[in-house]
Amino acid sequence: MNTILENPTTSTTDEPAWLADRRAAGLEQFKNLPMPSARDEMWRFASVGRLSIDGYDATDAPAADTVAALVGRSNLVTEREGLSVYVNDAQANFEGISDELAAKGVVYLPIADAVAQHPELMEQYFLKESTELGSEKFFGLHAASIKAGSVLFVPKGVEIEKPFVNYYWTSGEKAAVFPHTLVIAEDNAKASVVDIFFSETEENEALNVSVSNIHAGAGANVFRKIVQDWNEKTVSFQLDTTVADRDAQVKNVAVNIGAERARFENQTRIEGPGADVKMYSLTVAEKNQEFDQRTFQTHNAGNAVSDLLYKNALLDNARTIFSGLIKVAEGAQQTDAYQTNRNLLLDPTAEANALPGLEILANDVRCSHGATTGNVDADELFYMMARGISKRVAMQLMVFGFFEEVIEKVESDELAENLRQLIRNKFESKIK
Amino acid sequence: MNTLEIKNLNVSIDGQAILKDFNLTIPKGEVHALMGPNGTGKSTLAKVMAGHEDYTVESGEILLDGVNILGEDPDEIAKAGLFLAFQYPLEIPGVSIANFIRAARQARLPEGEDINAVEYYKELYAKMDALKMDRKFTARSLNEGFSGGEKKRCEILQMSMLNPTCCVMDETDSGLDIDALRIVSEGVNLMRGPERSFLVITHYQRLLDYIVPDVVHVMFDGKIVHSGDAELAKELESKGYDWVQEEFVNAPA
Ligand SMILES: Nc1ncnc2c1ncn2[C@@H]1O[C@H](COP(=O)(O)OP(=O)(O)O)[C@@H](O)[C@H]1O
Ligand SMILES: [Mg+2]
Repeated sequence: MNTILENPTTSTTDEPAWLADRRAAGLEQFKNLPMPSARDEMWRFASVGRLSIDGYDATDAPAADTVAALVGRSNLVTEREGLSVYVNDAQANFEGISDELAAKGVVYLPIADAVAQHPELMEQYFLKESTELGSEKFFGLHAASIKAGSVLFVPKGVEIEKPFVNYYWTSGEKAAVFPHTLVIAEDNAKASVVDIFFSETEENEALNVSVSNIHAGAGANVFRKIVQDWNEKTVSFQLDTTVADRDAQVKNVAVNIGAERARFENQTRIEGPGADVKMYSLTVAEKNQEFDQRTFQTHNAGNAVSDLLYKNALLDNARTIFSGLIKVAEGAQQTDAYQTNRNLLLDPTAEANALPGLEILANDVRCSHGATTGNVDADELFYMMARGISKRVAMQLMVFGFFEEVIEKVESDELAENLRQLIRNKFESKIK
Repeated sequence: MNTLEIKNLNVSIDGQAILKDFNLTIPKGEVHALMGPNGTGKSTLAKVMAGHEDYTVESGEILLDGVNILGEDPDEIAKAGLFLAFQYPLEIPGVSIANFIRAARQARLPEGEDINAVEYYKELYAKMDALKMDRKFTARSLNEGFSGGEKKRCEILQMSMLNPTCCVMDETDSGLDIDALRIVSEGVNLMRGPERSFLVITHYQRLLDYIVPDVVHVMFDGKIVHSGDAELAKELESKGYDWVQEEFVNAPA
């Protein structure tokens, strides 16, 4: 078998030396590290046996009419500052920034263009943040293979209200994709991005290894929303990091619906006092889906806040794993760090695993971590039905009620409504 | 025509009999009070009427407007016209009052027909104003973090929005201060009419000063042991439930 996984190739020949070096190092990392094993603490509860990444390959973009149709379907967010659409890692559409923003020094470009036009910036930030949560091997594969993605750079003091929206599509047979979103917000800059992961059909198998890195400078404000709605024939890794400097405010809101098997590694590193980082996630897991969520909140500076809330609703034989760690460094006093995982089991055959953890080396901190797993409450159901509401609608209301806490955090009526619709679609056939 | 007829109802839970040959008839338009000590089976009766499935119905009938509702699902019973104001209303996180009542109204419409949102909110706000509920409550999660009194008002709000023919109110007065009691009672009195009946379950006579019943029933150990007019509630209040036991249970007339 000659696949990208046996022989990853770098995409571009005329790349600068630093990038060639990083790709080569990534390739080494991918080749030398072993496949995850169930014995590895970082992969506890994960069904690593189902983690088949064989046979996927970088595929050409599909025919022009398919691409055009996917560009047409890239319509979750209409109010935006910029747009990029990739299909199988090939650029399908791009709406760049206005001259006005360009004049202020804002950069929004496809990765390759950013490397060519802003080499110093890219050398400083691109592929610099790996994961520490178990998928180092796959980060290596990503580094070796990345060609699709977008870079957003917002210079000091520039505030942009509308989001930049990146769509990553898969299509065709056994496509491997490596989307990359890089956000650099300098001091007191403000920016938001939406990353959306979609499959062309319900059937096309695909492998995703995506990376996103957010760098929020002092006083910067960054908002990232992620919609993962792959089809259920997709194996997906999302390796995301946030680095927050003094007084930075960063919010991540993820809605996870798709993939047969989805691994999430989400790291937050607080490097300056006064930073405030939020990580919110909601997941709908059905059939044999497995969502494997690993999170790491590191407080290297005191007087800062990190707040994590992951909510999962599970049906059928679906599984979720939440494993979170809060680490407060020595001297990071007056840290507020919270971590909450809530699982709602809609079927008795579903399985939610939770491994919350704390490692605190400072003495004056407020930290909490907790995980709860519960079924639909029979008394709540009776109460709702006693108003004339059918069981099916009552269950839907309860599930949406469970999710609403996260959905309302996207702070966009349009996107919130689109997300509710995506979730509704998934549930329509489910709750009888 | 009787709105409600309960005939020889026997209900148990975990093999323990709770309702024992229970009989009750409420003619259309009447307000009946059901009083009795704690643990006598009042809430059980209310929940069985509303279709709760945890209880084992050994025998009997419950007719709502002449149609048997025993064994029906709770949503079907509600749509048939029965409303139960809960003794302990549940908290439903993330489901706003407005959306909840709207879903309940929608459930009463034929397939494909939608609620007129403007009229719906107009009616909702008017009824909230009458119950002195802050309009901001519409967006709040149903009962979540509400005080006892707020929950009870919210029950009455739902009752008035859903237009039932038979209202069963389980200890609506508990948790209410005197002002709230007056407001809630006014809300109920406004709903009184020739087409609607009420079963007002209460432990105390206090509520019945405001919602004056046509008939008062005294329940003891799973069945009604004595019935009378509104004066009976006052007599009960002064003499206590021990009097009931001695007078009607130990030495039945
Ligand atoms: N779900 C239940 N499981 C077990 N026993 C119950 C349950 N509900 C009620 N009971 C019992 O049934 C009896 C009547 O209770 P209830 O109907 O709540 O009385 P009331 O409303 O008159 O105070 C009590 O002895 C109570 O303990
Ligand atoms: Mg009771």
